Amino acid sequence: MRCGVVLFPGSNCDHDVYHVLKHVLEQDVVYLWHEEATLKSCDFIVLPGGWSYGDYLRGGAMAALSPVMQSVREHAARGGPVLGICNGFQVLTEAHLLPGALRRNRGLRFECRDTYLRVERTDLAYTSQYELGQVLRLPIAHGEGNYEHFSADLDKLEANRQIVFRYVSPAGELDDSWNANGSARAIAGVVNEGGNVLGLMPHPERCAEEVLGNLDGLGLFQGIVQPAARFVGAAR
Amino acid sequence: MQAKVTVYPRREILDPQGKAICTALQRSGFAEVTAVRAGKTFEIDLGPADSPQAADRVARMCEQLLANTVVEEYAIEIVAGAGSSPESKP
Repeated sequence: MRCGVVLFPGSNCDHDVYHVLKHVLEQDVVYLWHEEATLKSCDFIVLPGGWSYGDYLRGGAMAALSPVMQSVREHAARGGPVLGICNGFQVLTEAHLLPGALRRNRGLRFECRDTYLRVERTDLAYTSQYELGQVLRLPIAHGEGNYEHFSADLDKLEANRQIVFRYVSPAGELDDSWNANGSARAIAGVVNEGGNVLGLMPHPERCAEEVLGNLDGLGLFQGIVQPAARFVGAAR
Repeated sequence: MQAKVTVYPRREILDPQGKAICTALQRSGFAEVTAVRAGKTFEIDLGPADSPQAADRVARMCEQLLANTVVEEYAIEIVAGAGSSPESKP
């Protein structure tokens, strides 16, 4: 599969994603500069973490208006997979490709540590390698990951099963003390209605290789690049 | 003319920054402070001519970029005849 990692000025997790896709999963990977007009025939687009545009105005707000995002929008509309990690998740919400917004962490601190995520659905390509209710250990590193939305919209996300990952205790229980940033309904990751655009604050690319001592994030990329990957949205 | 835009977190949602500032003010001897909301202000210069469409245009700027209306609300003040900001003067 041909994968594209978008580079905004200030992205800093781009090479980690590139490495996982290229060297761990042996895929064809290219970088896509934010001023690119096309996606260079990529099938899978990743918006990596970092501080695009220095987080000016709001995290992801400026990047959401960059030229490459128009092509990303069209790719997403065609049902193509788009994954946003950390700042990439912020960009996707600012671009209205995903619902909600990410605000300053409840504790006002930059949180850099492992979190435990419960997999809430496995019928997506992204989560097809996991078990329902499986608890993943994924690191976070962000100051603005506090997921927020209008309460009626949160209800809609629940009804549509768009909440893919929640912060839980290591035993998989919902517990506010394990909610790393104060996110509404402990939301760590959401998917669009089509099932092809996923955003999450934790960093799967930082735990996707044996040598790193944690492989919990690898399945997310494997689910997409494996030949049989298909999308809920594409079938509609 | 100039537009002054203020953007604040919506009242219904917790503003951790404003809450921290509130606590700091109270600890600094300003016991009368009961709440703080921390926001942003933008001064937008719109050239020398006054335009009747300015308020609508600025509202669109707010919706598209200046505010994230999921978590923020905005207020617009149009100042007719106001000049450029000091930075933009030659």
